[in-house]
Amino acid sequence: MGFLDNEFTDGNIVIAKAEDLLNWARLSSLWQVSFGLACCAIEMMATSASHYDFDRFGVIPRPSPRQADFIIISGTVTLKMATRIKRLYEQIPDPKYIISMGSCSNCGGPYWEHGYHVLKGIDRVIPVDVYVPGCPPRPEALLEGLLKLQEKIRNESLIKKSV
Amino acid sequence: MKKAEEIFQLLKDNFSTSNLELKSDQPTEAVIIVSPSDIDNISLYLKDSPELLFDGLMNLSGVDEPKAGLLSVYYHLESTKLKHKITLKVSTDRNKPEIPTVTGVWKAADWHEREAYDLFGVIFLNHPDLRRILMPYDWDAGYPLRKDYENPEFYQGMKVPY
Repeated sequence: MGFLDNEFTDGNIVIAKAEDLLNWARLSSLWQVSFGLACCAIEMMATSASHYDFDRFGVIPRPSPRQADFIIISGTVTLKMATRIKRLYEQIPDPKYIISMGSCSNCGGPYWEHGYHVLKGIDRVIPVDVYVPGCPPRPEALLEGLLKLQEKIRNESLIKKSV
Repeated sequence: MKKAEEIFQLLKDNFSTSNLELKSDQPTEAVIIVSPSDIDNISLYLKDSPELLFDGLMNLSGVDEPKAGLLSVYYHLESTKLKHKITLKVSTDRNKPEIPTVTGVWKAADWHEREAYDLFGVIFLNHPDLRRILMPYDWDAGYPLRKDYENPEFYQGMKVPY
């Protein structure tokens, strides 16, 4: 945890780097596009629900990509859907992130050979930040994926290009 | 409730000129093979005849039989009132697969026929809206569930094979 999470005693003043502050703010309220595709979407909804509570990480599903910070590609991406996902992605304002959830979205999953209609990995269409393995991944795995994304945002810089 | 043999006999009596064949050695319902030109009239009869009342089209699916040079469609019918079931099979030439639609008899046939058209390329004559239903509208690489189908290399700039 960073400086901002420590208890401070010197009045009402906190000194922080602008970068840290901005990154902390951004990673603490990641709004996701309310978008689900297949069985992974069921796990994603379970993650959003009270038991796993996505909201404690600041994740709120938004009905419009224009209000969102990231999108979880949760399920099998058909070629027909891939064109729509690309358009959704383009509508998200920068900076934007993508979590690819589950085997289908990562690489085509069980449809890798005979799925004439399935895109073999969403990274063929849009750039992915975090891949979550599983078929479908359990909510814990998706939470881990979100934490990885938060870690990535925490290390971003306004000046330097992030790794 | 009627047995397959009785249903077949009724059809034979009422459609004496058509080519009908009963196959009862099936693991499920017996299959009556109907020629493409008769399917709409026979369907209408099966639905409206008070002895049969086949009011439900449970399923309609295409089957590709390249060795026989055929493209077939199976119709799974059920009478919710009389509790009997039967399956119809219609085979057409694989190079010119044209079958009259049964959407006028069972409304459920609409999307099922679109699916058979989409995946097997069966042309349903007089169908009200014969478009692709599952594949993209601009899919021009053929009919995916045909045995000799080959996936295209690209679709809209996206690489398709693994």
